[in-house]
Amino acid sequence: MSTQPAILPKDAAAAEGKVNVQINGKWYRFPKGMRIADACNSVGVHVPCFCYHPKLSVAGSCRMCLVEQGMPPRLAPGATPTYNEDGYQSISWMPRAVIACANTVAENMGIRTDGKLCAEARRGVLEFLLSNHPLDCPICDQAGECKLQEYTADYGSGTHRFTEAKTKKGKNISIGPRVNLDQERCVLCRRCVRFMKEIVGEEVLGVVGRGTHNAIACYPGKALDSNYSMNVVDICPVGAMTSKDFRFKMRVWFLKSTPTIDVTNGTGTNINLWTREQQVYRITPRQNDEVNSCWMPDDARLAYKYINAPERLLTPLVRTDAGAPQRPSTWDAAIGLVVEQLHKCAPSELAMIASARMTNEELYMVRALAKQLGITKLDIVPRSCEPDNMLKSADANPNSVGAKLVLGKSGSGLATIRRGVRNGSIRFLIALGEDLTAPEAGFTKDDLAGLDYLLCVSHSANDTTRAADVVLPGVTFAEKYGTMINVTGRIQRLNKAIEPLGEARADWGIYRSISEALGCDCVTVIACPSPMMVLEQMAEEFEPMKGLSWGSIGNEGKAIIDTGVSIPLIEREQAKK
Amino acid sequence: MAYLPLKRPKFSLLDRLYVVELVKGLGITLKHLVLSLLGKSRGKKDFNSPSGVGVCMQFPEQRWDERLPEYYRGAPVLVRGEDGRERCVSCQLCEFICPARAIKVTPGAVEPSASCQKQEKAPAEFEIDMLRCIYCGMCQEACPEQAIFLSKEYLITLTDRDRAVRNKETLYRLGGMRKGLVNKWNQYK
Repeated sequence: MSTQPAILPKDAAAAEGKVNVQINGKWYRFPKGMRIADACNSVGVHVPCFCYHPKLSVAGSCRMCLVEQGMPPRLAPGATPTYNEDGYQSISWMPRAVIACANTVAENMGIRTDGKLCAEARRGVLEFLLSNHPLDCPICDQAGECKLQEYTADYGSGTHRFTEAKTKKGKNISIGPRVNLDQERCVLCRRCVRFMKEIVGEEVLGVVGRGTHNAIACYPGKALDSNYSMNVVDICPVGAMTSKDFRFKMRVWFLKSTPTIDVTNGTGTNINLWTREQQVYRITPRQNDEVNSCWMPDDARLAYKYINAPERLLTPLVRTDAGAPQRPSTWDAAIGLVVEQLHKCAPSELAMIASARMTNEELYMVRALAKQLGITKLDIVPRSCEPDNMLKSADANPNSVGAKLVLGKSGSGLATIRRGVRNGSIRFLIALGEDLTAPEAGFTKDDLAGLDYLLCVSHSANDTTRAADVVLPGVTFAEKYGTMINVTGRIQRLNKAIEPLGEARADWGIYRSISEALGCDCVTVIACPSPMMVLEQMAEEFEPMKGLSWGSIGNEGKAIIDTGVSIPLIEREQAKK
Repeated sequence: MAYLPLKRPKFSLLDRLYVVELVKGLGITLKHLVLSLLGKSRGKKDFNSPSGVGVCMQFPEQRWDERLPEYYRGAPVLVRGEDGRERCVSCQLCEFICPARAIKVTPGAVEPSASCQKQEKAPAEFEIDMLRCIYCGMCQEACPEQAIFLSKEYLITLTDRDRAVRNKETLYRLGGMRKGLVNKWNQYK
C-alpha cells in the first residue's frame, strides 16, 4: 500500500471533529453525531421521512427512511486495516436496511439510497401505509403538499395488491377549536403527539387502540385547544390533521406563497403568506431558527381576515363641510385638500400620532413629514399583550424598536397629545395607521369630534376614519415591502404578496406625496422611488443599520441592535443542542 | 444530412397553361348541377329536405342532433349519479387543467341535507364561462369523480355576456342523471 496518501482522510476529518461518509459512491465529511437523514439531505440526496422532524425527538416508527448501510470490515485479532489509494477502507454492506433518522454517521460509513434494497424497502413501506389509507385525495386539504402522495408518486409501486376491506376509523373529528382529525388518513408518525408533549408541554394527544385500529386521539376530558395547536396541521405529513379555518377553502396548488413576517407581535414570526390572485387564504410559519423555529401561535396565524374584509378602504374619502357625509375623492384632490387645511393651522396646533405597526421606511417618511410641518407633538401608540413564555412577547407592536430608532418615541408623549386635544390647544390631528378610539390610544369619539381637522391614513374603516375630514387609504402588511425590527433587535423584511386593493397606495408613498405637496425640497425624500431606496438612505443615516441593503437582510433577517430581549422558545431550543 | 433535395416534376406546356385542370374542375361543378336538377344530389336521402335540393343542411329546420357521433364534444355539464348524489366534490382539478380558464369553482362543505355525507365536500358554486370554453374536454379527462362531462349541446347563442356564465344549478339541470358510473363513496370504502 505504497500509494496511500500521507495523511489519511480519517485523521484529517477527525482533526475538524468530522467523519468521512460515502453516500451513493461519493465521499463527504459531516460533523460527528449527525443523523444519517440530515447528512443525506444536506448534500442533496433525498431521504423520505414521515415521522422524523428535526425539531422533535426521534420516533423511528414510520420506517420510510430505510437506507442501505455499510461499515469497514471488522478486523481479525492482530490484523491492521488496509487503505486504498484514496485512503479509505473498503465497505462491507449490511444485508438489511437501517433507518436514517435514528442512526448517526460514523467514520468510513457507506450509505446507499439508490440501490435495489432501498427501493424495495420504500415500496414495501408505502404499500403497507396505503393498505388502509382511504385515498380520498380529491377531498383532502393536504393534497398537493402531502408527503404520502409525493412519496407514492416517487417510490410507490403504482398498483395495489390489498383487496380486503379497509379498516374503518373516525373521520372528520373535531379535536379542538381549530383542528380537525381524520384517523383513516393518519400514518401514525406521532409527530403531533411529540409536538404537544415536547414543544408545548401539554400532554393532550396520544395513540389509542391496537394493531390496525391504532389511532391518534385526545386524552379523555382534554381538547387540543392550545394557542399553538395549528402547528400540528403543518407538521402532519398527511391530511390527518387539518385546519378548520382553511378547510375546503382552496387547493394548495393554486396558492402562491410569499415569505414575509407576522405583524401582530413584537417577535416578528417568520411566515409564508398564501395567496391566490388578490385573496389571502392562509398563513403558515416559515423556519427561522433565530426567531420562531418552525412554529407560530394560532392567533397570529388567523390574523389575516382583515386584508380582504369589506371594511377595507378603497378610495380616498373627504368631508368638505362640517357635518356632511364623507364622499369618495381622487388622490390629487384629497392631498390638495390636506395641504389646504394644514396651511390653516400653526405648527403648534398640530399633532401627529404614528404607529409602531409601520415599517422602518414608513417611519422615516413620517419623520420627514413631521419635520416639513414643524410638528413637535408626535408619538406612537404603545401596545402590550400577555407574553406566553413561547413565542409571544409582551410587546404587541411589531416594530417598537424601529419606532424608537427612527422617531425616538415610545408612547410616553401620547397623554400630552390627548390633553392638548381635550383642552383645545391642538386643532389638527394626524392619525397615521392607528385607530385612536382603540383602548390603547385612549381617545373618545367626542375628543375626535372636537377637533377642527382630522387626517387619517388607514387601511380599514374604523371609528377614527369615520370621524376624519380626509381619509387616505393605506395598505396592509400583505401589500407592501418594508422592514421591521423585532424585540430582539433583528431587522426583517416584509414582502408584497398582493397588489394594493382598489386605489389604496403604499403608506410610505402617501407620506412622500404629502411632503412633496407641502413643498418639501429634500431630494432624498421626494425623489425616492421605492422602499428599498428608503432603506439605503436609512442605512447611511442610522448607526445600527450601517451597510444594510434590501438584499443583505435576506429572508432570515439580520440582528442589528442588542436589546437584551430573547425569545423563550428559541432559548430552550438552543439550550437543548 | 441537413436537408433532402426533392425532385420536382417537370411540367409540360399544357400543364403550365392550366386550361385542362380548369375544365376538369368545372366538370365537377357541372356534374353536381345536373345531379341536383335531376333531384339525385348526394346526401339527399339523409337530409330529405322539403325543397328536394339537399346538398346543404337546411338549418335550423334540420339539426345535427341525431347525427352527432358518440364522441362529440359540446358544452361541459355536471351530472348526478343514479342515487341522485351530486358527483362533484369540488377538487378543482378541472379548474386547474382548463386551458381557457373558463371554470371557477368555489369549494365548500356538503349540504347537511345531502343523501351522502361521506364525501364531505361539494362545490358551493361552480361556474363555467361559455365564452371562454373551448370544448377541449380536458375537464372531463381530469375529473377523478366522473362528475363533469361534455354534452352534445352545440347551439349556444347568447344575447348577453352575463348569460354566458353558467352556474352550478344550470350545469346540474343540463347534465341530469347519468347511469353506470363508479360509486366511489360507498359504505365499503
